[in-house]
Amino acid sequence: MSLARWMDRATHPQPAAGFAALEVKPGEWRELAQDVAAASGKLLALWGTNVAAQGDALRAVFVAPPRALLVTVALGDGTRRFPGIEDVFPSASRMQRAVFDLSGLRSTDPDTRPWLRHAAWPADAFPLSTDAMPPSPRSPLDDYAFVRVEGDGVHEIAVGPVHAGIIEPGHFRFSVVGEKVLRLEEHLGYVHKGIERRFTEMSILDGHRLAARVSGDSAVAFSWAYCEALERMSAIAVPGRGLMLRALALELERIGNHLGDLGALGNDGGFAFGLAQFSRLKELLLRAIEQALGQRYLFDFIKPGGAHRDLAAEGAATLGRCLDGIEAEARVLRGIYEEHTGLRDRFAGTGTVLPELAAWLGLVGLPARASGQPLDLRIDLPQPPYDALDVHRCVQHDGDVLARVNIRFDELVESLRLVRQILRTLPAGAHAVPARVPDTGSVGVGLVEGWRGPVVVGLEAGPDGAIGRCHPQDPSWHNWPALEHAVIGNIVPDFPLINKSFNLSYSGHDL
Amino acid sequence: MLKTLQQIARTGMVTEALPPPADEMRVGEALEARILELLGRALCIRQVDAGSCNGCELEIHALGNPIYSLESAGIRFVASPRHADLLLVTGPVSRHMEVALRRTYDATPDPKLVVAVGDCGACGGIFGEGYASCGAVSNVIPVDVVVPGCPPAPTRILAGILAAISRSPAQLGSRTNPARHLPGDRHGMRVKALEP
Repeated sequence: MSLARWMDRATHPQPAAGFAALEVKPGEWRELAQDVAAASGKLLALWGTNVAAQGDALRAVFVAPPRALLVTVALGDGTRRFPGIEDVFPSASRMQRAVFDLSGLRSTDPDTRPWLRHAAWPADAFPLSTDAMPPSPRSPLDDYAFVRVEGDGVHEIAVGPVHAGIIEPGHFRFSVVGEKVLRLEEHLGYVHKGIERRFTEMSILDGHRLAARVSGDSAVAFSWAYCEALERMSAIAVPGRGLMLRALALELERIGNHLGDLGALGNDGGFAFGLAQFSRLKELLLRAIEQALGQRYLFDFIKPGGAHRDLAAEGAATLGRCLDGIEAEARVLRGIYEEHTGLRDRFAGTGTVLPELAAWLGLVGLPARASGQPLDLRIDLPQPPYDALDVHRCVQHDGDVLARVNIRFDELVESLRLVRQILRTLPAGAHAVPARVPDTGSVGVGLVEGWRGPVVVGLEAGPDGAIGRCHPQDPSWHNWPALEHAVIGNIVPDFPLINKSFNLSYSGHDL
Repeated sequence: MLKTLQQIARTGMVTEALPPPADEMRVGEALEARILELLGRALCIRQVDAGSCNGCELEIHALGNPIYSLESAGIRFVASPRHADLLLVTGPVSRHMEVALRRTYDATPDPKLVVAVGDCGACGGIFGEGYASCGAVSNVIPVDVVVPGCPPAPTRILAGILAAISRSPAQLGSRTNPARHLPGDRHGMRVKALEP
């Protein structure tokens, strides 16, 4: 069997290269997943929904370049159960548990522990399919069933949800012998604030504002993915200048986050100089962005139909000068990082995810490219304007902290080059066109390679200009499980460094 | 090592002056002078993300960069609420963080201050209140100062922190920026422009 026979059945409802939609029966779902895996495809998103007149359904987005596939599995038999694919795509396990917590659709996965639900709502209420949610119980803490490691000298260290630094909340349960980590188990969901249900209370032309706040460090990526889905559904063509301004914003977001991470990684490696230098460069970047585009962080820069505002010539010149300065300084700093034996000692061979493991776990984005997995949607499934931008691929193979540091340096330089190319080739014309409400029941998907990795937004139009369903999927869903593997055999004091080298999202994951 | 020292010398002193406290952000009672004397010169902050999108955290991180240089003003972030004078809380408070936030508050010794940061910390923001969100920080613990914004700029957060530890505008005149007295400040309190 191969993916090709499924493609014969697919439709191409979205006027974009590489996108196909496919409906399969529950009995075909696992077979399809196996064929996608055999074609080296990846699972990017999975969510439960309710389709008018058809009832419960499961939707998934796969990517197997040169195509992306939106799959709908109608579960019309009323059992509210579906076959699990966690043995084919390991990252599906937590996603399936979340589908049950939020939509009440249960997979056949034997792990039925709640994932996003702690104690805020009862187990028989489902925020995305129960109309009136019962009032929250007065906060008994929930008792999550961690896997116990037993043996001579094994003890547990519990960390979080409130961490010692300025970090998002989550819980880590380490099983250790001495200072060596035998096992890490993550427990997330602390910042679950009901984003998907909140979407259904919003107008579809406003939803990009909430999308931008799914994970604040990826505001551009999420708001763009949302708008891309919406614009496909309502057949709106964003003008060339608007698209280029979006790419400019996305690359600036990547540069800002990479600068922040490079400083924090130096600091976690015991080199405070790195934090001082890179955080200074990041501040100068944010100030230049504010001068050019009116905001330090581009939360509401992307809107349906284009960009919120245009870029003036002076703004472009300010940005260009700032980025030239950053490039020169970053080159000096890279030299310093590379020659610093203490940093090399902390980075090299720490927190390793070998390429074979990365492929099996379905790693995506930046940590995947540090472990030899080349997927970059800007190159492999380029949506405008990336089809005209000639992005160079950055890949490292060692899969350790050092490789994730080097990927950031490489991508920083590449994004600086792209921004220069964008500023040079920015077409004239309008930066936005009016948005339009799509037909009720229409479905769209947006796919954007954010700084962490592929960001997916699945959007379904409800009646009267409302959002029927909106599912944002952060790449961290696929990478959190890999962090559990990366720390095995490392020492506890290296965990903050390893964790920072992934820098995964809590808010984007917890929704 | 030589390159590192050269880079430090080339960067020079980039720290800017502190903003004035934003008294309009204060919602709680002003502090007694006696308490201000205890807190005013060396403030320890415990930051709590109680459900934020992580946007406010980016700007709180920025307070530590050499340009805002919070530590040179005698203010620092500490690892435990038991060491803290002030909780800097971002929201909306998720129901799953409600207990953790209350416990963090209870673990902070008196006298203590709470600054709620961001539109979500102020009122729930775009997330509002719902089955999984308690909304504003003040719905869960007492709040002294509210810093609105999405996200608020670092100078606004700093002005809010300073408002929490200042008693009246008149008193502010006596507060100086310790950074101003750092030795070797030959560059003045400004950010040097980057040159390619």
